[in-house]
Amino acid sequence: MKKTKIKTKDLSLFYGEKKALSNISMEIFEKEVTAFIGPSGCGKSTFLRIINRMNDLIDNVTITGKILVDGINIYDKNLDVVNLRKRIGMVFQKSNLFPKTIYENIVYGPKINGIKNKNELSEIVETTLKQAAIWNEVKDRLNESALSLSGGQQQRLCIARALAVKPEIVLMDEPASALDPLSTAKIEELIHQLKKEYTIVIVTHNMQQAARVSDKTAFFYLGELIELGNTTTIFTNPIVKQTEDYITGRFG
Amino acid sequence: MELTKHKKDIKGFTFILSLKIIFFFIVLILFLLLGKIVFEGIGIVNLEFIFEAPKNNMTEGGIWPAIFGTLAVTIIMVLIAVPIGVFSAIYINEYAKDTFLTRIIRTAVNNLAGVPSIVFGLFGFGFFILFIGKGIDSVLETGLFLGQPCLLWASATLAVLVLPIVIVSTLEALNSVPKSNRDASLGLGATKWQTIKNAVLPQASPGILTGTILAISRGAGETAPILFLGAAFFLPNLPVVDLCIGDYCIPMINPADQFMYLAYHIFILTTQSSNPTLTQPIQYGATLVLITITFLLNITAIIFRYRFRKTLGKI
Repeated sequence: MKKTKIKTKDLSLFYGEKKALSNISMEIFEKEVTAFIGPSGCGKSTFLRIINRMNDLIDNVTITGKILVDGINIYDKNLDVVNLRKRIGMVFQKSNLFPKTIYENIVYGPKINGIKNKNELSEIVETTLKQAAIWNEVKDRLNESALSLSGGQQQRLCIARALAVKPEIVLMDEPASALDPLSTAKIEELIHQLKKEYTIVIVTHNMQQAARVSDKTAFFYLGELIELGNTTTIFTNPIVKQTEDYITGRFG
Repeated sequence: MELTKHKKDIKGFTFILSLKIIFFFIVLILFLLLGKIVFEGIGIVNLEFIFEAPKNNMTEGGIWPAIFGTLAVTIIMVLIAVPIGVFSAIYINEYAKDTFLTRIIRTAVNNLAGVPSIVFGLFGFGFFILFIGKGIDSVLETGLFLGQPCLLWASATLAVLVLPIVIVSTLEALNSVPKSNRDASLGLGATKWQTIKNAVLPQASPGILTGTILAISRGAGETAPILFLGAAFFLPNLPVVDLCIGDYCIPMINPADQFMYLAYHIFILTTQSSNPTLTQPIQYGATLVLITITFLLNITAIIFRYRFRKTLGKI
């Protein structure tokens, strides 16, 4: 039996008056890959951004209900958002590397956490790049601009950068949507490797991808969580009709 | 399918032709202007001309006091304008909420750039000299010290004048840093200030630098405001004072002194000359020097920007 990592209860989110998420209650387990699927605008990305409080940056957002990470309410007034984000890394839809060298991109997070020792930083760079399976491709060009890499490499570097702060959870917002099939396959393989150590939540539009990489799948529709279950069950034998319609492509 | 041309596109042709003519005229005017100045001025400009003081009622000698005054004023101006401008822009863009008040401030900054420079001169005279300067003098009981036109207030007034340039270019530079980079930094657990310092400012610095140098060349060429603010017709000495700590003395710019100013000097040579035939070459030489200084500043801006972009990997 796996441990619960993230737990939400009656979680709702409003943009002004508009309800974007309504009464989501779910559990996400440790060291598993949980995929969020659903049509555009169904709230899956919004929900993902709640987990590391990136929605704080948007004005006029209200959140009700509870979300617990390791049993701690992350919307508690006394909670330090900065520390929360160190524990919960995020990889975005489009690569958002800094226009700095590959090395500097990786050490950005550790440096902010106060690591100054050069050897320690180099070690972090090597281990995280190896973890992100990109070490062999970039080891000779660590001092070149990160923006000189290909799209797929850039995205894996983003993953490496997120891993460098040693998070427990990695949130991925359609990490492969802008990539070619080969790069996508590499990212998926990487996710597979990473789940041994990290809890991964991935938002994807690509249903085959959800089926390939995830242990659990959650289907969102119009701001509601329709169904959450084992990926194999969701894709072969969903309980709710809407899920089945969406998965089989019969959805409008 | 018919692919041969039937009709010539006459309208398009005339349009492009007129654009070419206009473009040619602009370049021509620029070349005539610069050509005349360079042609007339180059003969007189040499090291002596640059590093000597005017002699014989300004009909002989060089323009060093005016160059020195210009450099001194612009240096102090930059020291005042850049920190205030950059920090204001950071505040407006990154911290201030988008309210009615901040929108008014943004508009005000833009409009400030359109205020005629003579108005800044009057403002500087009224505010810096009569209000602040006289105020300091009466509080410190120094007699006439800062309550008169001097280098410090000229620099301060020019700083106010170029402030919109610094603020607007910094705002643009900050705005051009993609939101995704800020998200990346915050997502890695950086605080807002860490994000600004490590992810935003490095990317914005070429723009900020360009703004600074534009401000310098604007300030160095400005004439009207400094008329009230201590630019002198002719001064035998440089505005320099020895700053002594114990026995060690280093010459420093004296901010309470009057100064000569290149742009003003050219105006004087042109309008107040006792012997126009003799001063005319000096006038051309001084103009050439002024243009060269601003040109060099602009070149420096371009080189800096290029280097920055290169390190940022954008080239």
